[in-house]
Amino acid sequence: MSVPALATRGLAKKFGSLVVASDIEIVLPKGVRYALIGPNGAGKTTLINLITGMLRPDAGQILLDDADITVLPPDQRVRRGLVRTYQINSLFPYLTALESVTLAICERSRAARTWWRQLPAYRHEIDEAYEILVALTLAPVCNRPTRELAYGQQRLLEIALALATRPKVLLLDEPAAGVPREESKELFAAIAGLSQDITVLFIEHDMELVFRFASRVIVMVGGRVLVEGTPHEIATDPRVRAVYLGKATARTVREQRHG
Amino acid sequence: MLPPVVGVLFDGLAYGMLLFLLSVGQSVTLGMMNFINLAHCSFAMLGGYVTAALMSRYGWPFFATLPCAFIVAAVVSVGFERTLFRRLYRASELDQVLLTIGIVFISVAVAAYIFGTDQQPLQLPPYLHGAFTFMGIRFAVYRLLLIGLALLITLALIGGLDYTRFGARVRAAVDNQRMARGLGIDVDRTFAITFALGSGLAGLGGALAINIIGLDPSFALTYLIYVLIVVSVGGLGSVSGSFAAALVLGISDVAGKYYIPQLGAFLIYLVMISLLMWRPLGILGRR
Amino acid sequence: MALAEKLISPQAYLRSQTRWRPAEIVFWAAALSPYFLFPNYLSLASQIAVSALFALSLDLILGYAGIVSLGHAAFFGIGAYTAGLLSKYGWGEPLSGLALAALAAGIVGYATSFVICRFRHLALIMLTTGFGLLLAELANSAGWLTGGMDGLQGIHTWNLLGYFHFDLYGRTAYGYALAVLFVLFLLARRIIHSPFGLALRGIRENLTRMPAIGAPSLAHMRTIYAIAAAIAGVAGAILAQTTETVSLDSLGFERSAEVVVMLVLGGAGRLYGGLVGAAIFMIARDRFSGVEPQYWYFWIGILLVAVVIFLPNGILGGLAKLTARWSRS
Repeated sequence: MSVPALATRGLAKKFGSLVVASDIEIVLPKGVRYALIGPNGAGKTTLINLITGMLRPDAGQILLDDADITVLPPDQRVRRGLVRTYQINSLFPYLTALESVTLAICERSRAARTWWRQLPAYRHEIDEAYEILVALTLAPVCNRPTRELAYGQQRLLEIALALATRPKVLLLDEPAAGVPREESKELFAAIAGLSQDITVLFIEHDMELVFRFASRVIVMVGGRVLVEGTPHEIATDPRVRAVYLGKATARTVREQRHG
Repeated sequence: MLPPVVGVLFDGLAYGMLLFLLSVGQSVTLGMMNFINLAHCSFAMLGGYVTAALMSRYGWPFFATLPCAFIVAAVVSVGFERTLFRRLYRASELDQVLLTIGIVFISVAVAAYIFGTDQQPLQLPPYLHGAFTFMGIRFAVYRLLLIGLALLITLALIGGLDYTRFGARVRAAVDNQRMARGLGIDVDRTFAITFALGSGLAGLGGALAINIIGLDPSFALTYLIYVLIVVSVGGLGSVSGSFAAALVLGISDVAGKYYIPQLGAFLIYLVMISLLMWRPLGILGRR
Repeated sequence: MALAEKLISPQAYLRSQTRWRPAEIVFWAAALSPYFLFPNYLSLASQIAVSALFALSLDLILGYAGIVSLGHAAFFGIGAYTAGLLSKYGWGEPLSGLALAALAAGIVGYATSFVICRFRHLALIMLTTGFGLLLAELANSAGWLTGGMDGLQGIHTWNLLGYFHFDLYGRTAYGYALAVLFVLFLLARRIIHSPFGLALRGIRENLTRMPAIGAPSLAHMRTIYAIAAAIAGVAGAILAQTTETVSLDSLGFERSAEVVVMLVLGGAGRLYGGLVGAAIFMIARDRFSGVEPQYWYFWIGILLVAVVIFLPNGILGGLAKLTARWSRS
């Protein structure tokens, strides 16, 4: 059994008496596409914050490629290949798209520590940034400040920033959130185009995305993992139905089946 | 016979109460709107000059001028809030600092122009002169008044916050502005009223301060740093935090000047820096 | 605009950002004009150059990394007192004095950056103010070292490069200050156009995103804070050497506040903003020097309110908007 790309054991967190994560155990094998679903307030974004190090867990372990990263600061986790995107865009408004991605690459290659060479001299980094933008159809707007981009393009830039860090494990927090139908085609293509070497976990409410891209689904409710399985298994699982539609409907479904 | 430290504590308490009156408004409005108003002490200075002018030019009795100081400061501050400050609620801290410092400078210049740069003399009514001597320690009547008044106001504030509907709205807006708006609370109006109250209290503090720390055009700048220390140490949006911080600051300052005068204000700054490093949101801060 | 985007390669576009603009050449040529046009104002000109250098150093942390400091004069004062003390106790060579002042200020800057850079918003403003005030109090009490209220006496600056005498007209002083300003400006320009400079802008624009792209933001901020402190120290040292006095107001709150005003007036984050703002501020203050201080406070207050409301990006920002509108129409 090969080492999983990402694993958590017994992850727990509470704010006062509010339990946002309880005994979370997930195992992501390399290269697999996982979707994380659950009702609002289930703790999905909290889990991502815990895994990336923005929040410190009260208990539990996080293992990246079998290395314990539980106490590692966020930027070091990124260096080891654990990267996330944000549900609400967190970009650099006045930097151009090219500058933003180049910055991410320079941080990765540690070029960002040098202050005596001018930026245009870093051809490799700039070329790589441009290639990423081309792959995400952002090349025509690469020299525009981020704040002037359309919302869909900004969502793509979110992914571009993440890809610039050469992730091994990519956590996408609702990548399609707020993107109008007309602009979502490029976004879907970008997600489909993600390299098979990258292990992906994405939070989504859009079931079409879940069914198209995920090979496995994890369902979270009230800070716990309820169930895990293939999309089909999850879709027909009565417990999941109950969570989303209410217990009465689940009972009706059961009665219909047996009745 | 009580040891002299009791006298120092008493004077420190009075000074602390004064600082509280000057600072509490700033703390609550900062906590509610995150708006840094460095002109807060200008409103205090305004209250002081109202009292001084009413007494010296129109012969008003001291106690009658106090409500005027409160009201004038409150009204003028709302004028500024409605016209200038509300444009900057979303602006950067630096912009807020610069705008309000600009207003401080203007107020200092105007005060110097109208009243001159000397200390304002104040003729207190005779029954406020003098002191009680109790167990060997001198308790100045004026300071007793100041402490009593400030404690009454503190109780009124805490009572108002905890037991009135308006107080509930204030607490909600401080805790979570977006949520409060969502619940239908008119945050803007609540803020305007709170701002007026806070500035009014500062004006009252300015009036009461004349006899303790004097009044001249540089008041708006000199005491600004103390107010900011109280606010940042006590925690934004916290009345009890401001009370505690003002007390600590008042007593430390008086005790420091009494026991180790060479240290000067060094101690205060050191205490502030240490406390801020330990608790950047203030001791009882909510954000 | 769209055509230009398609034709220029990404490298070429970035390179165009780092090229010298004609306006910059005009600016530096104009900086030489006091020698010909205002020969009686050379000492004011050298004071402007000192303030411009000080404002430039603040721009590096405030305009580019978003660190709002109301205590930056601490480093100015440390530099001034270092150079002054060095001269007072026998070593008046100007350039080495500058180097030592930069070192002293830089070391203190780096040390304090471990605390300062961890904070933002009000706590940062209060902490920097507190540190500045603390240092001013220390300097005041250590009268045996600093001369206290009377200031440092007995400073005598040797000839620059062994040849140029610091005369009463300020000819050498201005050339000295301007040359140092230009050299350090080139340094600042290089920093800004490097990947490190890009990282600083990233910190200013979105600090929380930086760790998510693997950036050690704190280390970056500490570095620029130390560099800015060193440059501020150099500015203070030049003042000490050219005026042959150092007083407590070189590290007081007023000086810290003034330099923030100068920078914001000119426009932060534009490299030239501090220079332009310093020039305007110092010239204005010189005009007001004969008048009652109230008038100065009044007009500075009005200026601050006006700049914040009408020119949030300073004068240079306003000019940039104007030229953008003209080129579009």
